[in-house]
Amino acid sequence: MNGLLGAVVDGILYSAWLFIIAVGLTLIYGVMKILNMAHGTFYAVGAYVAVTLLGWWFAQGLPPWGIVPVMILSALVAGLVLGVVVERGILARFAGRDPIVLLLVTYALFLILEDVIKLIWGVDPWIASDPLWVFGQVEFGELIYPTYNLFIVVVAAVVGGLLTWFLQFTAKGKILRAVIHDPEVSRSMGINVGRWNLIAFITGSVLAALGGAFTAPTISVVPGMGVEVVVMMFAVVVIGGLGSIPGTVVGALIVGFVRSFAVHYWPELEVFSVYAVMALVLAIRPQGLFAGVELRKI
Amino acid sequence: MNFARLMTSLACTALVAAAPLAAHAQADKPFKIGVPTFLSGAAAGPFGIPAKNAAEIFAAAANAGELPAPYDKKGFGGRPIELVVIDEAGGTTKQVSEFRNLVEQQGVDMVVGYTSSGDCLAVAPVAEEMKTLTLFFDCGTPRIFEAADYQYVFRPVATATMDNVGAALYVSEKLPEFKSYAGINQNYAWGQDAWADFEGTLKSAKPDAKLTTSQMPKLGAGQYNAEISAILGSKPDVVHSSFWGGDLEGLILQGAPRGLFKNSVVVLTSGETALHRQAKQIPDGTIIGARGPNGIFAPENTYNTWFRKAYNDKTKEWPSYPSYHMVQSLMAAKLAYEKAQGGDAAKVPTKEDVAKALTGLSFEGPSGKVEMSLGKGHQAVQEMVYGRVKKDADGNIGFVDVVRYAPERVNPPEGVSSADWIKAGLKAAN
Amino acid sequence: MNRTFTFLPPLLGGAALIALIAWFLPSWNFVLAIGLAKGLPVLGLVLLMRGGLVSFGQGLYYALGGYTVGLASQYFGLKDAAALLVISAIGSALVAFVVGLLLSRYRDIFFAMLTLALSMLLYGILVKSTELGGTDGFNVHGITLFGIPLTGADRMNGLLLLIAVCVLGAINLGLFGATAFGRLLAGVRDNEIRVEYLGASADRAVLIAYVLAAVMAALGGAMSGIIVGHIDPEMAFWATSGEFVVIAILAGTGGVLAPFVAAVVLEVVRSFAYQYAPNTWQLVLGLIILALILFLPQGLSGLVRRGPRAVNAGEKS
Repeated sequence: MNGLLGAVVDGILYSAWLFIIAVGLTLIYGVMKILNMAHGTFYAVGAYVAVTLLGWWFAQGLPPWGIVPVMILSALVAGLVLGVVVERGILARFAGRDPIVLLLVTYALFLILEDVIKLIWGVDPWIASDPLWVFGQVEFGELIYPTYNLFIVVVAAVVGGLLTWFLQFTAKGKILRAVIHDPEVSRSMGINVGRWNLIAFITGSVLAALGGAFTAPTISVVPGMGVEVVVMMFAVVVIGGLGSIPGTVVGALIVGFVRSFAVHYWPELEVFSVYAVMALVLAIRPQGLFAGVELRKI
Repeated sequence: MNFARLMTSLACTALVAAAPLAAHAQADKPFKIGVPTFLSGAAAGPFGIPAKNAAEIFAAAANAGELPAPYDKKGFGGRPIELVVIDEAGGTTKQVSEFRNLVEQQGVDMVVGYTSSGDCLAVAPVAEEMKTLTLFFDCGTPRIFEAADYQYVFRPVATATMDNVGAALYVSEKLPEFKSYAGINQNYAWGQDAWADFEGTLKSAKPDAKLTTSQMPKLGAGQYNAEISAILGSKPDVVHSSFWGGDLEGLILQGAPRGLFKNSVVVLTSGETALHRQAKQIPDGTIIGARGPNGIFAPENTYNTWFRKAYNDKTKEWPSYPSYHMVQSLMAAKLAYEKAQGGDAAKVPTKEDVAKALTGLSFEGPSGKVEMSLGKGHQAVQEMVYGRVKKDADGNIGFVDVVRYAPERVNPPEGVSSADWIKAGLKAAN
Repeated sequence: MNRTFTFLPPLLGGAALIALIAWFLPSWNFVLAIGLAKGLPVLGLVLLMRGGLVSFGQGLYYALGGYTVGLASQYFGLKDAAALLVISAIGSALVAFVVGLLLSRYRDIFFAMLTLALSMLLYGILVKSTELGGTDGFNVHGITLFGIPLTGADRMNGLLLLIAVCVLGAINLGLFGATAFGRLLAGVRDNEIRVEYLGASADRAVLIAYVLAAVMAALGGAMSGIIVGHIDPEMAFWATSGEFVVIAILAGTGGVLAPFVAAVVLEVVRSFAYQYAPNTWQLVLGLIILALILFLPQGLSGLVRRGPRAVNAGEKS
């Protein structure tokens, strides 16, 4: 029984982490039709900024309750700077090019940013693990978790809630949905699509950085940490259906639980599990689970 | 049009870049050493940069003639050392390609490098084909000299076999009460081999111990909550891990608050690289290895005293095992070169002479005695050391129960592969 | 000359030029060979891209080709390059046909992601197969062609064989481009429904292109295994497939020569970056890729068609 409880808790923790980062990727794809290869690197930048600020915060002896605002601030700073520089400085210059060319642009960005990170933070690991200890521990059955680990679930819920509220219940959200659905018609209706592109890209970048910021205390922040993340996120958004937020929730839960159960019950299958599920879902539902049927233009 | 211009400018760049090198090579014949080591990616921090630092410290000290005797001649037998450091990232194909470039375009006299076992395996036959003296300084797989014979390829450091054989012997001897064990290793050759050696040795050293779970997350996964839960749930007495770098630090960060180190005795075979930064999290009783008598387990001798001081002067940190491995390899090369000169400082020995001098060489370095006694004299063995963490009142890390295993106890005899030797219960099969 | 064969003179000229460069600059021999070996999968990828399809999993066949050579020479003592290449090609064609039956219904990002998943599954299997050396892979020794050595001091022979394979591959795809199915691909990209209205099968065109691309990738992987002398699971890793896509986009979909030029140029640039900017080679490479996309919107193949020319049916100009 304990094993099952552990597998469920681990599945939820991992799914929450996947969701925060993947939803940024899917938002950028939905609005701009760009699959951002540098998304994992944005995640890494968020982690680096957070670990730097956290280190400073604790070195000053400031109270631990402040770390949540500190991490949100890190994500905003990292996401805003990256988002504006990348979207306005680079992606906007390639607007209207084939989506596959834009993919290559983001790949080049990924290469450049990997080295920029190295130039700023060096190659030595950065660690700021105090948050794992200052909030105490919780117990699930026999298993102990740092309370901090649960924060990521709260963050995921807040992010999901805010995005859903914005898209479904506000006028601006309606405009954004129109842009997602058909940028050309939206433009002809007088919507400033370029500005929405910027907003979506910044939001997506902030989300990636937010995932990085909240993960930072639990890991050693090292060069190349974003490389593995991006393919995992591709799996999540493709399983759920690209550009769909409910799809991302489901995709994250599927990948998170599949991985967690594989680790607990069939550890030798862990490497295959995610890709096997991805291939299986695509074989049954080519569009992913939640994407609507795309109209073919004649 | 544009393309022609691009090619022209590329060609010009090539000429401009190549010209000074060619001129330089004729001037006063420096001894050029190619040093491929990780400068980017996750392996740069724990391995690549410490090794690069060590190489630079060695080169500077050797060129100034400041090394302790018998390494006190200037440079390599009078020739100043020049290092060409390149990035080891990018995969085996890239590394084979870059090895050829080092030799054919940069004209290096010798290559000392490679942390990844895959790179070592791929480069070895190429080095042999190109008749280039090549010293692997850090890679662990024993397959290199077990699967083939080489004339120009050497490894003046021990294989990873002794890390895990030593770990298994240590837990069997020091924890006689232990009944079950688990593992968490990275899912690539390093982790797979480490686990196979550890488990294989336990089968003969402690046949009644039970395996609870073997976790193999992928390299660079970073998050191990699920793996830690699975291990905690299976309640092993001993947990074995060959994690390194960021993955190791992540495991410690995530495992410590969850009681992983309290509920089980954890063996970290490459734990030394994470030691100083994470002193706070590593609890007393954790078993730590340093891939030989390196770093914290290095003996007191003049070489070690020199190296620790020189490294600390340059980096303000204490050297870890990859930097010991690098210095040890360079010392072997220098010694062999000067031995091949036969006392005539003006003589430039052939590569074959240097190779002959390296074969079966026995020398003393910062980590003590090194003997090139395996792989027909091309593979070194050393003693293996394990100890348990015991912190003092200020939280400084110290070690208790330190056991030093003689080389022949943790390495197979000449002519027997590590895998066969372990399978036969650490006895030479005959 | 028949219009179908207009690509032949530059192709043969290019092949001769590469052979000459390798002859006069033997130290560049290996870099050229790696570039050409990567050019083969890119050639296949460019064919798929003409149909609007991007595969992120050509590493699957690259690795299949490499491992076919490795396993056949290691366990069955088969050391002849010609036989090994034929087996690699046939084996991967069979696999690609079966996989392609499923894949040919997919388009766009879903095609890309499913190919990626499949190649990562092979990667997972290879990583787990410790008897094949796991991630360390294993070495491939002494492959010859009808008794002629191809590696070591005789690696010029290996390069010549590779050039021959590339030329044959390029001719093959050049001819395929002129067949009915080849011309259909552009239609599939632009408007699949109209293709179906015309009574043609889009799925079948995609399937054939996919099998051809797989054979090219397998030949590239096999030649890479022979020339490098080492194979490992990295060949099936997504980053390898991603690199092929990068080269393909830099090449553009215009011709059969561009993939090889792009692959060789990128390999040479990377070699320089490695040697002269060891700490920032990724940065340099990224900037060069950005510059190429910005200044060469059509890819390298766009360079040679600045002049007035007829626009082929279905090609966006």
